[in-house]
Amino acid sequence: MRDIQKILTFCKNHKQFTVFCILALVVIGAAVFAPFIATHNPYEAVIANAEQPPDAKHWFGTDKLGRDLFSRVIYGTRTSLTSALLLVVITLFAGSALGIFAGYFGGVIDSVIMRISDMMISFPGLVLAIAIAGILGPSLLNAVIAIVAVSWTKYARLARSLVLRIKHKDYMSAAVLTGSKTGYILRNYICKMTMPVLIVTAATDIGTMMLEIAALSFLGFGAQPPIPEWGMMLSEGRAYLQTAPWMMFFPGLAVFIVVAVFNLLGDSLRDILDPLCD
Amino acid sequence: MTKKTIASRILQIIIVLFGIGFFTFGLTYLAPGDPVKAMYAANGSVPSEEVMDVMREKMGLNNPFPVRYFNWLISCLHGDLGTSYSLNKPVVSVLLQRLWPTLKLTLLSMILMLAVSVPFGVLSAVKHNKAADYIIRAFSFVGVSLPGFWLGVMLIYIVALKFKLLPVISSDTGFKKMILPAVTLAFPMTAKYTRQIRAAVLEELHQDYVVGARTRGLKESTVLFGHVLPNVLLPLVTLLGLSFGSLLGGTAVVEVIFSYPGLGNLAVSAVAARDYPLIQGYVLWVALIYMVINLIVDIAYEKLDPRTKVR
Repeated sequence: MRDIQKILTFCKNHKQFTVFCILALVVIGAAVFAPFIATHNPYEAVIANAEQPPDAKHWFGTDKLGRDLFSRVIYGTRTSLTSALLLVVITLFAGSALGIFAGYFGGVIDSVIMRISDMMISFPGLVLAIAIAGILGPSLLNAVIAIVAVSWTKYARLARSLVLRIKHKDYMSAAVLTGSKTGYILRNYICKMTMPVLIVTAATDIGTMMLEIAALSFLGFGAQPPIPEWGMMLSEGRAYLQTAPWMMFFPGLAVFIVVAVFNLLGDSLRDILDPLCD
Repeated sequence: MTKKTIASRILQIIIVLFGIGFFTFGLTYLAPGDPVKAMYAANGSVPSEEVMDVMREKMGLNNPFPVRYFNWLISCLHGDLGTSYSLNKPVVSVLLQRLWPTLKLTLLSMILMLAVSVPFGVLSAVKHNKAADYIIRAFSFVGVSLPGFWLGVMLIYIVALKFKLLPVISSDTGFKKMILPAVTLAFPMTAKYTRQIRAAVLEELHQDYVVGARTRGLKESTVLFGHVLPNVLLPLVTLLGLSFGSLLGGTAVVEVIFSYPGLGNLAVSAVAARDYPLIQGYVLWVALIYMVINLIVDIAYEKLDPRTKVR
């Protein structure tokens, strides 16, 4: 009972955050319950129905193969959400781990990691992502790998600076003096102190990451047909712009709405946590 | 910036270029697919295995990795980035031909972006929490979340197809044909910069020197344009340099949408054709342009900001 009360007061104090949280849950719900929401099978092609404009049967119309667009957009939520979350989590952990090692151990490890990160940062990310995704071959997983390869540096730098800030605090010296093992210190002191800031940064990045995956898929280096993915649906619809503009309109709208929800959620999360972080 | 720091920056650029060169070369070495097959396939012929073997030997593809890398590096240092498989032309000349259209597009969209975001950002800050501020903030929020490629295609649909105001395909670099791609590129950036400028102006308006200027009885416009704006715009110079890089990468998507004959479009088709020399050349070039521009920006920043001279 008391827990529920606590949550309720929190929601009352942070109305904005609560609203965006609910919206994000709706998006996640759409992904999880896609089979129940979708009106058709997203993979089922009925050529006779190709390029139908939106009507009562096909709410968003149909694509060039006669597949129901509404169902494909709903299933696309799954693809976009899972790939964006996967991307954010991998980037967060890879970047943070490297940054924490660099900051805590210093010396050669620090120089090597930071010089590589310098190299990556002095370089426009999407260019390298295109090259990596193209060379590895087009697939959703390779697009994720390509974006991780260019975006881990941000987290590595942030984590390193956070570690350097707490490394020489008294309680750290006390932990070392009392003989704590390095692994224990990293887990219970460093991670606990740095993770909140890093996770908030990751949360604000979800929207951007979604856009980047959609962009790579749009260029043909991400999801491959017949997987329902918004960026790829947009590039499929591009050829039919004049005769079937709905094929472009709805997937794009879906990207916009979902990215906007996650951007707003990230912003309000930062507003709540920022005073605590500093 | 002293001569010494400039020299060390240039040295750094060279080291980074070596690193990136090694990285891209390694990637293409590890990549699946056979460049010789790809090359013949691009020309539409399928020769016998023997002919391809001879070609592989001629191109040095049978050598071990260090030898190949070393050969590649030597020819790179001579300014020769190899021959494009798919276009059968020297990579350098292909890149040179495509460089100017992309730079032109990037510059035009930056000018557009500044022309919109500076007045909007300042207005939004001055009218803090009033109607104008809310409208501008809503607009900038939309801009941040809008996928650029979708905006581009919607612009084509509305402006070019429905109202026939501008050409659909921007196959050359006439001004009229550059408007839509430039707007598409500028839109998300404008949103970001409007936010940034708004935040910066708001912060400056709370500084003591603004209070001082106001108590001295200066006009509000003098305070704003004479005192606040220079302080806000200076840090922007560095940001612009960084944005230039993301624009160079970001043009790829827009160039593909509008069939614009720039570097990005070239890179995408190079990747699709597994044209490794061209991909390597593209990556190296963009890195070089980006770093040189940032160096110039940093030097310019020092010239513009009198405070850095005193130190």
